[in-house]
Amino acid sequence: MARYGMVIDTKKCVGCMDCVVACKTENNVPEGYNRDWIVYVTEGKFPDVHLEIQSQRCNHCDNTPCVSCCPTGASHVHDVGKVVLVDHNMCIGCKACLAACPYDARFIHPDGYADKCTFCIHRVEKGELPACVSVCPTHCMYFGDLDDPNSEVSQLLASRKYHTLLPEAGTSPRIFYLI
Amino acid sequence: MQELTTTRHNPQIDPFTHVWGWEIPVYLFLGGMVAGMMIISGYFLFSKRYKETTCACYTLPLISLILLSAGMFSLFLDLEHKLYFWRLYTTFRIKSPMSWGAWILILVYPVIIANFLMGPPDFIVRKFPKINLITTFINERPRLIQNIGIANMLLGGSLGIYTGILLSTMGSRPLWNSSILSILFLVSGLSTAAAFVHMIAKNVFERELLAKADNGFLIIELFVIMLLLVGLSTSSAVHISAAKLLISGEYAPQFWTFVIGTGIIIPLIIQLLAVNHKIKHTPVAPILVILGGLILRFIIVYAGQYSHYFNAHFN
Repeated sequence: MARYGMVIDTKKCVGCMDCVVACKTENNVPEGYNRDWIVYVTEGKFPDVHLEIQSQRCNHCDNTPCVSCCPTGASHVHDVGKVVLVDHNMCIGCKACLAACPYDARFIHPDGYADKCTFCIHRVEKGELPACVSVCPTHCMYFGDLDDPNSEVSQLLASRKYHTLLPEAGTSPRIFYLI
Repeated sequence: MQELTTTRHNPQIDPFTHVWGWEIPVYLFLGGMVAGMMIISGYFLFSKRYKETTCACYTLPLISLILLSAGMFSLFLDLEHKLYFWRLYTTFRIKSPMSWGAWILILVYPVIIANFLMGPPDFIVRKFPKINLITTFINERPRLIQNIGIANMLLGGSLGIYTGILLSTMGSRPLWNSSILSILFLVSGLSTAAAFVHMIAKNVFERELLAKADNGFLIIELFVIMLLLVGLSTSSAVHISAAKLLISGEYAPQFWTFVIGTGIIIPLIIQLLAVNHKIKHTPVAPILVILGGLILRFIIVYAGQYSHYFNAHFN
């Protein structure tokens, strides 16, 4: 079974926010909310300063605190690609998953359910790429099966240095940032 | 230097998570207090104190039912999809403390009601005279009463511990991520319940007993708070940062003043003087203990949401 993940080349990302706009348009994300967003991380001391631009979203973790804590089973790991999804009709809006996510990737949709990035599974199931990946003007984002050693994402991770966000939180995130 | 700039704007989780408002601490407080009342009332049944007509075990169940229902209503108010709350009861998620809690609450009600039916208040008996049949049935069976007592103590203990586990399983919030939180909430629940019974008890022996018990609970609570802070302070950087929120950070003034000072130390001194017959029993100490227990829940819930991996890294 596939295990989808995303690889983002921070050397190519210019922080144009096209991914953010594409996501909001594709998924009809309500005004004032974001399923993905851009973070500028500045590290170091002048003159040795390093800036990294990160396109962030739900990390679709292998170890999912949001799914574990859900009292109704609304948050679940989807059969296709082990993508973490929320069943809107099952969610009671208790917000336990919002508190459990170390990436603060979830929010309460104005209609009352927990919402977040789905890796555009509705597109992926039709053989298309997630909206954010498909619009990226610098082609810094890659999406694919991490369990397939021949996939583009696996090849990139094998050949380049990378990091994930908050590995110390123990969630085994599946968004990788090439450095 | 590390600086974080984000374009994200999600109400409720920016600039830091505050997904749970007043409803959750109120629910955790009332749940903890009812848990304590169930343990105390269960103990009175088990130890045969129910033979005293003025025993608090006859008044506590009705108060517990009212407070627990108020707590559950508060929880209901917190839900964003309120009309879907019944979905909690169409499944049981073994890894979800909230699912465990929902089912524990369902089991708690019949046990409190069984205790309540031992001696329902007159105004209820007058309205529903047939209740007397059940009351007589229970009172003719001392073994059954003791079992109701044991069930009250066990489920009260489960409820009290669960209120802490609900938060402590959240690895993403370092302040909550300590299993000792469940013991803290259980002891705090017992302490607030003992203070409440101390305040309302008609029986002089019970008042004295509960004041002494509350002194014990308050000392244990102080000890458990110390263990929580020591545990966090000797852990990873994010946990140390979380402990600092209470020790010297944003939540320290409220924590030291209202939880430790007026919630534990001052009532402990007053109650120690009272049980040694230096001063009279007054409602002052119990009220302070109850307020301290409520403020403890508020501080833990709010500071816990503030404590974060990102906050620790980038502040």
